[in-house]
Amino acid sequence: MSDASARLMAERLRLSYGERVVVPGLDLAVRPGALTVIVGANASGKSTVLRGLARLHAPAGGRVLLDGKAISTMRTEDVARVLGVLPQAPVAPEGIVVADLVGRGRYPHQGWFRRWTEADEAAVAGALVATGMAELADRPVDALSGGQRQRVWIAMALAQETDLLLLDEPTTFLDISHQVEVLDLLTDLVRSRGRTVVAVLHDLNLACRYADHLVAVRDGQVFAEGRPGAIVSAELVERVFSLAAQVIPDPVSGTPMIVPIGRHYRTPRAMS
Amino acid sequence: MAGSASIAIEVGRLRRRLGRRSGLAVAGLAAALLAVLALGLTSGDYPVTASEVAAALLSPLSGAALPGIDFIVLEVRLPRAALALLAGAAFGLSGAIFQALLRNPLASPDIVGIAQGASTAAVFCIVVLGWSGLALAGGALGGAVLTAAAIHVLAWREGLSPYRVVLVGIALAAMLSAATSYLLTRARIQDVQEALGWLVGSLNATSGGEIATLLAAMALLVPTALILARGLAPLQLGDDAARAVGARVTVTRSGLLGCAVALSAFATAAVGPVAFVAFVSGPIARRLAGTGRLELLPSMLVGALVLTGADVVAQHALPGADLPAGVVTGLFGGAFLLLLLGRVGRAGQVD
Repeated sequence: MSDASARLMAERLRLSYGERVVVPGLDLAVRPGALTVIVGANASGKSTVLRGLARLHAPAGGRVLLDGKAISTMRTEDVARVLGVLPQAPVAPEGIVVADLVGRGRYPHQGWFRRWTEADEAAVAGALVATGMAELADRPVDALSGGQRQRVWIAMALAQETDLLLLDEPTTFLDISHQVEVLDLLTDLVRSRGRTVVAVLHDLNLACRYADHLVAVRDGQVFAEGRPGAIVSAELVERVFSLAAQVIPDPVSGTPMIVPIGRHYRTPRAMS
Repeated sequence: MAGSASIAIEVGRLRRRLGRRSGLAVAGLAAALLAVLALGLTSGDYPVTASEVAAALLSPLSGAALPGIDFIVLEVRLPRAALALLAGAAFGLSGAIFQALLRNPLASPDIVGIAQGASTAAVFCIVVLGWSGLALAGGALGGAVLTAAAIHVLAWREGLSPYRVVLVGIALAAMLSAATSYLLTRARIQDVQEALGWLVGSLNATSGGEIATLLAAMALLVPTALILARGLAPLQLGDDAARAVGARVTVTRSGLLGCAVALSAFATAAVGPVAFVAFVSGPIARRLAGTGRLELLPSMLVGALVLTGADVVAQHALPGADLPAGVVTGLFGGAFLLLLLGRVGRAGQVD
């Protein structure tokens, strides 16, 4: 691992829920200026890893370093100006309009004496434009579709104007076209704005397509990490997801594409 | 990014429009409150004209005394209206904070056990200790604070989960109501009558001590709550989302809950557990303003308006009978809850 340039990294990070240890000791350096995707089976600890990196889950041991400092010793507002997080299942207050909700991402930039400025307005506008929500700025969030709502939450995280952005399953509940749209947006952030993005994703094929760096998590440990094309194989899918599959080149991008086999197709041809 | 600058102007315009809507709600509510106060000061068994009320209010300054009218306005009606206004505002703010903080429209202090704690303590003070006046108010205050502490301890699991606070509060409320009923069944009938009068919530016997105590408490609690409320907006989005934008979740939630509990406890100690004022103020204020924001100031004004209005209605609804205000707010609150429930079928959710 080339850790020197990483702004966010975990060192022997241990995360537990009460007595139950989910992540026993994780070492991970987030690649700067890249889209890192964390994948893993249900209950593999992938979301816990992200929550640990985002200081949403206090470590039971080890530490997370942000720009060389232990994140748990930093003021949470200071962290929030550098590191944005989109957690799972945030709650939109009833009747709130899109621009107001996106504006709440400006919280760490405001204070008692510095409330709402043109810089805040510009940040909200930029986030609305980037997510394609500018037209709907004055709509109540309740009235939006699931895909639009997810874009509003991403816009709120963007309005925070952080160099690093962590997203916990940002494509859940979205149909395939909205999933692709969200991942295209994350890719834009990385390629044209130099942001560092880490996302937990469920869809392995989309993960392989979009990730610059893929991290496969099993039992709270990094099972393998690297370029999708370099690490994803039928054996990895078998070991990480307990799934028999064929891995073929994605006809569009050339990245690995996973074709699951399943009980009813265990023919000699499929297993070969 | 060519469009971004014009979108920024749009965003600014939209925010100012929402701000104006809040301001309009505040202005309208303040005007309605003044009208109700004027009605309360002028009407009654002994009608007083508006100009006589004004003269009486100014008499400490002008020195022009009208003994009979001064007594009715300054000694009888003004303290009562002032207490209704203060207690209503305290209930309104407390309820709005509870509901936003616990992300649940049912989570108002009169549902999650604070009012019930005050009631059990007050009934105990009346039927067992024979207390009245400020001692009784102190007992009710103690009951509310003890209940809040018990909820805090029982709901705490590495932080306060809103869901646990509501469930623990409702469980304690049920147990405390049972204890109140038990005390009432064991008491002498004269004491029961007094206790029931307190339990309904009324402003029929207002003392200067009650007003001064409540005013002093609110002078401290209202500004503190409004300052802490900066952290309430992120907390509405969920604990993780609040932490993500840099809010201090546990400190903010404990501080705001402390303020809201104290506001509701002092108001309950002063006027009794007046039904539903805390429960309805926030939702009404938010619907009136229509901004989707917290609207804490309008919530205070709605609380003040509901309690002053209910007390005026209670005094004059039935000729010759001075009803407790709690009877009117109970009817009003129940009707509002039914209206809210009526919306469930169409909108799919309450609040």
